[in-house]
Amino acid sequence: MNLLWMTAVTALRALRRNVLRSALTMLGVIIGVAAVVTMVSIGRGADAAVQQEIQSLGNNLLMIIPGATTVSGVHTSSGSAASLTVADATAIAKECPAVSDVAWAKRQVVQLVYGSQNWATAAQGVPPSYLSVRDWPLSAGRFFDRRDDAGANAVAVLGQTVVDQLFAPGEDPLGATIRVKNVPFEVIGVLARKGQTAWGQDQDDVVLMPFLTAERRVIGTQILGTVDMIVAEAATGELLPRLEPQIRTLLRERHRIPAGQDDDFTVRDLNEIAEASKNASAVMMNLLLSVASVSLLVGGIGIMNIMLVSVTERTREIGIRLAVGARSGQILLQFLVEATALSLVGGAAGLALGFAATRVIAYLAQWPTLLSAPTAAGAFLVAGAIGIFFGFYPARRAASLDPIAALRYE
Amino acid sequence: MAPDIRPLIQLRDVWKVYHLGDVEVRALRGVSLDIRAGEFLAIVGASGSGKSTCMNLIGCLDQPTRGTYRLGDVDVATLSANERAAIRSRRIGFVFQNFNLLGRTTALENVALPMIYANVPFWKQRRRARELLAAVGLRGREHHLPSQLSGGQQQRVAIARALANGPSVLLADEPTGNLDSRSSVEIMDLFVRLRRERRVTIILVTHESHIADYTQRIVTFRDGRIVSDLPRAESRHALEIVRG
Repeated sequence: MNLLWMTAVTALRALRRNVLRSALTMLGVIIGVAAVVTMVSIGRGADAAVQQEIQSLGNNLLMIIPGATTVSGVHTSSGSAASLTVADATAIAKECPAVSDVAWAKRQVVQLVYGSQNWATAAQGVPPSYLSVRDWPLSAGRFFDRRDDAGANAVAVLGQTVVDQLFAPGEDPLGATIRVKNVPFEVIGVLARKGQTAWGQDQDDVVLMPFLTAERRVIGTQILGTVDMIVAEAATGELLPRLEPQIRTLLRERHRIPAGQDDDFTVRDLNEIAEASKNASAVMMNLLLSVASVSLLVGGIGIMNIMLVSVTERTREIGIRLAVGARSGQILLQFLVEATALSLVGGAAGLALGFAATRVIAYLAQWPTLLSAPTAAGAFLVAGAIGIFFGFYPARRAASLDPIAALRYE
Repeated sequence: MAPDIRPLIQLRDVWKVYHLGDVEVRALRGVSLDIRAGEFLAIVGASGSGKSTCMNLIGCLDQPTRGTYRLGDVDVATLSANERAAIRSRRIGFVFQNFNLLGRTTALENVALPMIYANVPFWKQRRRARELLAAVGLRGREHHLPSQLSGGQQQRVAIARALANGPSVLLADEPTGNLDSRSSVEIMDLFVRLRRERRVTIILVTHESHIADYTQRIVTFRDGRIVSDLPRAESRHALEIVRG
């Protein structure tokens, strides 16, 4: 222990003697560690965002949207056909054994006016079950109930983005009257903040109202009861794969689609989309990590190179140490500690640089990042391991010097 | 044989043969030498006579090609490199012609160096290094670097370092070779005093007769063999042969 401590002191002193050389030697490790830390932080940040996204969608959800229509040979985008209805949704709730709850929505972009402020947002007419299916709490007020829906009451629940846009900071939106397409609505609730979807859509930029209200007083409809989207929640995660064919069979039957013909609707597993983006980010991260690892490798070779130079330069010193009683193992230890000190100091500097770079990237690119202690510790340990690995050959060379030849070395 | 009579150092028919490419160099050809504890002895000879090789063997830096070398109870020829390192650490102190101090390292730390490898606790290293520096007349210079010391002072630091672990043998290879005559006298006086006070065996390699004059016994090497081994009083003639 005593020896190791003395050796560490000697090693650090040797490094301090050649500050510039030491710094340049460490550069490879610094850049490597910084790159690894930054990449992992960004990757984990993206992962966490996707994870949060999966949570925010609500668990075990299938989204059913109308299929594309083909009018006179012109394909329109999917979701444009008026093929899904409230009756479809209630049929799913009733007849699919794997389903636990169902909600639906009718959507339109509308202009909101409150006082002198106005804002364009998505108005959604939804049933009272919508929030529980989406797993979306309220931050204030209440949600509309069956009576509001049945009576087509002009009540609205606002997303946080809408609140931010229409109301002054600190102003209470509850009880305020806003105009949606010139129809006055009473604000009865505010949704909790949910953030962006994995594909960058702001989920909080929304105004929810009872379905009938939307259909009759705001959006209007050509066919009563048509919806833009049905959301079905599976009772458990294991039932989710079974729910999809159940819904498909039911809807094909209800829509009287003959065998061999395409569905006039699309069923999407929202978790799958999120998982896909997670996989993409994992691939990207592994790619960048391998590039960063190459930099670490180059840094290690740089350390080995300078340690070999150092051993040659200090041949005489090694001879003196051997003459006064150092064992070859102790000489080996000394140079190994020096190489490790180089890489650890480099690793620490790389960590600092990586943290700073992560912060800057998080700020400039607005990417989610996640600095984690295990990442930092891991990068630091890898740096140390590189020092030991690449320091071993030079150290062994130092330890195997013949004391007489080393003492005579000029 | 009584233990006090038995020699501390016992070389028996020692050979050392090097191979430099195809050339075989016989540096030592059958050297036998006994040195008792506490002796003050000079090894003299021309360069290439084998005296430095013999010194390296005695100092356990090297091993004989043939023959035996006993240091105290230990047969050095059978030892591994690490075991020889342990013997150098505990029982042998080296003093070199060019001092061989670590540069950019203070006098105190240079003296403490052998104690690091002997696992002496840090505080003890410091205390003993101070004592030794005071003993060689360098009190107050503990924190000087070698470059801030004169040649004579540097050699004193080297002597203090050689004494660090209380060795039984001090090997000095041309210790005054790089010093002016006044410093040389001071260093030799120091050797004489150390031997008297610390009862350490001192083996000196030199080619200067006035340096050899400080010793009690002069062993002369030529062509890898000992050609004379005489008490100082009778050694004048031998020295003349060497230089002649």
